[in-house]
Amino acid sequence: MKLRTFKGGIHPPDNKHWTSHKAIEDCPLPDELVVPLSQHIGAPSVACVEVGQHVAKGQEIGSAKGFVSVPVHASTSGEVVAIENRPHPFGTPLPAVVIKPDGEDSWSSNLQFTDPGSLTSDELIEKVRQAGVVGMGGAAFPAHVKMSPPPEKPIHTLLFNGVECEPYLTSDHRMMLEESERVLQGVALLQYVYGAERVVIGIEANKPDAIALLKKQCADAAVEILPLQVKYPQGAEKQLIFAATGREVPSGGLPMDVGVAVHNVSTAAAVTDAVMLGRPLIERVCTVTGPAIKEPKNLRIRIGMSLSHLVEVCGGLVEEPGKIILGGPMMGFTQVGLDVPVIRGSSGLLLLREEDIANSPEGPCIRCARCVQACPMNLMPTTIAAYARRDLVEETEEYCAMDCIECGSCSYVCPASIPLVQLIRHGKAAVLAKKRNALL
Amino acid sequence: MLAAILSLGCIGMVAAIALGIAAKKFAVEVDPRELAAMEVLPGINCGACGFPGCAGYAKALVTGKAEPNLCPPGGAELMTKLARILGVEAIVMARQTAVVLCQGDNRKAQLKFRYLGLEDCNAAQRIAGGPKACPGGCLGLASCQRACPFDAIEMTADGLAVISREKCTGCRKCVAVCPRDVIRMTPYESSVHVMCNSHDKGAAVRKYCQVGCIGCHICHKTVPEAYKLEDFLATVVYEQDAQAFEAIPKCPTKCIRDFNEGYPEGSTFLPINNDKSDAA
Repeated sequence: MKLRTFKGGIHPPDNKHWTSHKAIEDCPLPDELVVPLSQHIGAPSVACVEVGQHVAKGQEIGSAKGFVSVPVHASTSGEVVAIENRPHPFGTPLPAVVIKPDGEDSWSSNLQFTDPGSLTSDELIEKVRQAGVVGMGGAAFPAHVKMSPPPEKPIHTLLFNGVECEPYLTSDHRMMLEESERVLQGVALLQYVYGAERVVIGIEANKPDAIALLKKQCADAAVEILPLQVKYPQGAEKQLIFAATGREVPSGGLPMDVGVAVHNVSTAAAVTDAVMLGRPLIERVCTVTGPAIKEPKNLRIRIGMSLSHLVEVCGGLVEEPGKIILGGPMMGFTQVGLDVPVIRGSSGLLLLREEDIANSPEGPCIRCARCVQACPMNLMPTTIAAYARRDLVEETEEYCAMDCIECGSCSYVCPASIPLVQLIRHGKAAVLAKKRNALL
Repeated sequence: MLAAILSLGCIGMVAAIALGIAAKKFAVEVDPRELAAMEVLPGINCGACGFPGCAGYAKALVTGKAEPNLCPPGGAELMTKLARILGVEAIVMARQTAVVLCQGDNRKAQLKFRYLGLEDCNAAQRIAGGPKACPGGCLGLASCQRACPFDAIEMTADGLAVISREKCTGCRKCVAVCPRDVIRMTPYESSVHVMCNSHDKGAAVRKYCQVGCIGCHICHKTVPEAYKLEDFLATVVYEQDAQAFEAIPKCPTKCIRDFNEGYPEGSTFLPINNDKSDAA
């Protein structure tokens, strides 16, 4: 049977063999944890502890500010030694709570086990919000916001994203293999919240072991395991929806416009912890990999561990890395150094050597339209990029630059090495700036 | 043959009369002053006046929505001409010139990381606040040079923007495009500037730049009225900078520059007011 997928896309070498067979290991605690107060899309949290105060593992240290915001919690027990600006994966130093672990690693006594059957769906959403659960695929959008769609847009299909189409990353893959019960419990909880009729877990066909395991465990449940064609960006929200349901999210719309909600499988596991155990999101699985690291691993890390600590746990560096990427190679954030902490959206740490970085000079566009073929959003990257380069903001917008999901497929296929996605991002920023100015 | 000539002639006559009537009837009245203003305006549509192009400004002038001193590229001469056309008193705006308040090129200032992205300062600034370690320094990716309609900006070989005092008309396009606010409008008469835009403390500045202002107060102590210090950064008080040049030799990081003596290192622009020394 032909596997389902979307139009366009690319086939980069997936490089998952480094870590896909390695079981998740617990990462030992470092001497210092730097927990940033801004880890999600939306308003940053505000520190609610003081320097010198002792905090328990899971205690709230930053309270949410506004609806699209979540609280931040202590990743271990210890003393707050500083609240100050520290280097952050977003590039500029941002406020963070620095914790010196006391080695006890004891949970806060406020956390308790709850029977989910006794909760209404609103109470359930509130528990998820309090636990600071965000989308764990990388964008870190607060989960409780996604879980509260307006009543006029009912969700009939609930999709779970186990695609993991980014090369190198294997954290979701290992989660599905080793913690399938946590994942499936979260799936059931989310289904209860949405009241969705159809529940699908989409998995790329290059993870046959995960597909087989989940199929076996879901044999009697009404959860559909859907193997998908191996192609990047299959795990992008809109592409996954198209592959699973045949529906296209309208331009400028959200998945709920077509009656679909999408969550990552790791987010489902975090929802389980939040609801059943009352445990906040303070740890996640992160793939530390790449040719510049001695021993690539899948690590269970605490939020706030520095990248250099992760590198140390993985046996150190083979050589000075040419590029440090938090996330996958296609959509991750390049980092300035190893002194930044991991945050809730950090699904992987990729260290490339100098020789692995392709940096060929840009040539003229030869109108081959490979970028148009590759674009999963059916845009014309070369045209938008040309407009964006000349700062023609209106034309950039007219050619639907705002629909670009910044997957980088266009830049990947361009034979002239034109920085297409970079130009489009530049154009999108200009369009947004213009809209902001119009409002003022 | 005759019929053809006559019929075509008649059609031509009728059409000509119709056009003539239409031209009279639908004539758009243009204020002659607007036309006159269009004649004298530079016609480069730079937008410095805040109106859509020179035609827009001319229209705003005659409808009384704009003052005749809003065209920096035209200078004082144009302002008087416009005032005469409009029949008002000329209030001449002092000539202003844009200056890049930074001398930290790629040899003198440290980089945080190697930037491989787009050749555009705004794009670079969005990635971790730009590759330059200094939060205020010139990024050197020539966004201002591309924005300048007068070819007044050059990039040195080591990646520093330098603006020609003579070619700059004060249209502020570069100021608008610069993501780091390192370009400032200054009075043309003032040629002495503190060439730094970093508000970091002296120790931090010394770490990433050889020629940055460390906030040592020496310039302020030498000529108190001509310099002020805010957040560890000295700036020239342009209204009272007559003696500002006296502090130049005292500055420990050579951060103060008199543009009449020379442009920053690497620039091909030559100071025009060399006659100062001749007169002395």
